[in-house]
Amino acid sequence: MSTDVRLRVDGVEVVVPAGCSVAAALRLAGHVSTRRALDGGGRGACCGMGVCFECRVRINGVERLGCLARVADGMEIVCDA
Amino acid sequence: MRELSTEILVVGAGPAGIAAAVSAERAGARALLVDMQAEPGGQIWRGQWNNATDRAARRWLTALRGSPVATRYGLRLVDFAAPGLAVFDGADGPLRVRCERLIVAAGARERLLPFPGWTLPGVFGAGGLQVLVKNGWPVAGQRIVVAGSGPLPLAAAATLRKAGAQVLCIAEQTGAADLARFAAGLAPHPGKWLQAAALRGRLAGVAYRCNAWVERAEGTERLESVRLRAGRSVERIACDALAVGFGLVPNTEIAQLLGCELRDGAVVVDVHQHSSVAGIYCAGEICGIGGVDQALAQGEVAGRAAAGSGERPRAVRRDCARSARFAQTLRRHFALRDELRELATADTVLCRCENVRYADAAACRSQRDARLQTRLGMGHCQARICGAAGEFLFGWTAATPRPPLAPAPLTCFTEPTSDPEPPAQESA
Repeated sequence: MSTDVRLRVDGVEVVVPAGCSVAAALRLAGHVSTRRALDGGGRGACCGMGVCFECRVRINGVERLGCLARVADGMEIVCDA
Repeated sequence: MRELSTEILVVGAGPAGIAAAVSAERAGARALLVDMQAEPGGQIWRGQWNNATDRAARRWLTALRGSPVATRYGLRLVDFAAPGLAVFDGADGPLRVRCERLIVAAGARERLLPFPGWTLPGVFGAGGLQVLVKNGWPVAGQRIVVAGSGPLPLAAAATLRKAGAQVLCIAEQTGAADLARFAAGLAPHPGKWLQAAALRGRLAGVAYRCNAWVERAEGTERLESVRLRAGRSVERIACDALAVGFGLVPNTEIAQLLGCELRDGAVVVDVHQHSSVAGIYCAGEICGIGGVDQALAQGEVAGRAAAGSGERPRAVRRDCARSARFAQTLRRHFALRDELRELATADTVLCRCENVRYADAAACRSQRDARLQTRLGMGHCQARICGAAGEFLFGWTAATPRPPLAPAPLTCFTEPTSDPEPPAQESA
């Protein structure tokens, strides 16, 4: 069984370890800021446990929290940054 | 819409929820355990599900595996469509659960406080970065400052170090005298003392500063340095991440939504963990921060009581009393200092979701007033972060939450319900 997962972040293919969170996958792929605040400032994962909602991204078209979601093969992730 | 039916619904699969669900089944009831994380364990037992290294975690997670408790993960409670009818949202769409009795074990979150630069990517909660790392967030080789108050930053620093990070220092806002009294107060709690000694070993060589806190985080697109105050001196430290948390806050939203009485930010319960609302039990951190031992003891009591078995075994009573004393020691010695109220400037963002400035919030009389005037607390997190900060900064009491408790698709509220099925056990 493969221990890597292939997914796409903003259209770019990324390979990350299976079992990691989407937030971790984004960081591994080099994304520091994953959304823009109302004033245009960059924001990224903060509370790590589904409370602050800063790490929200679109996963397969639906808004979800990167820290709560686990990666899966073929996932399509879109950031707002 | 998918719908399940159960006798006892347990919300939250941390230590309290696991103990509650397993104990309810042992006492002869049917229980369904639901959590928004991908697997059981809550924050404290994160990563233990597949590889338990902690003794209590192994014992309870093994008990959960072997019990007939039904489980569902990756589902967040967003509303009650009617009393006894909970609505959850998850990656596979909404789920409704009908229940006769409810045990809320929603745990706690970190208290994050505003200071200039705290919204920069690279600034995390202390426990926040710890759990991110446990789920694969890379920190190897990074320079990290850990700050805040209480035991959690220490545990976080140990995890970060093990993952290969260079922990530059740990800044504890409490003064040396209080820390010494806290250490002396650990004597009646040998388990805690051993934990503290082990942590100290794992953090050997890391600078530990008391009377110290981060005044400012600096950087343009991401964190580049922090300004650390220790007593009268201020030092700039270049770093890649800051992990900062000021203790824990009970997650009382669900209990509040159901009308349960609160006191000092925690749910009021009787000796059977029953809240002020009939049929609703609460256990663990939402009844007051007390740690994992207290959560397990309260979970056992709540599970038995909800299953109709009112007796409280002597060992459980003893555990409850001992952990309550420890919780009191923690509160007394890690009280937050006044200087932390002065860190935010007029322009510092207080409400991270709606970008409400500190000055605009400070001009309001209450959290509710701030909601109406400035939209503070009206965004995605629904005041989970700025509300807890406002309690400390302005003495606000938390406004009563309204449904939905978190952003959720309309299908959670509009789809008709199919016939309820009893839940079958599902592996994580």
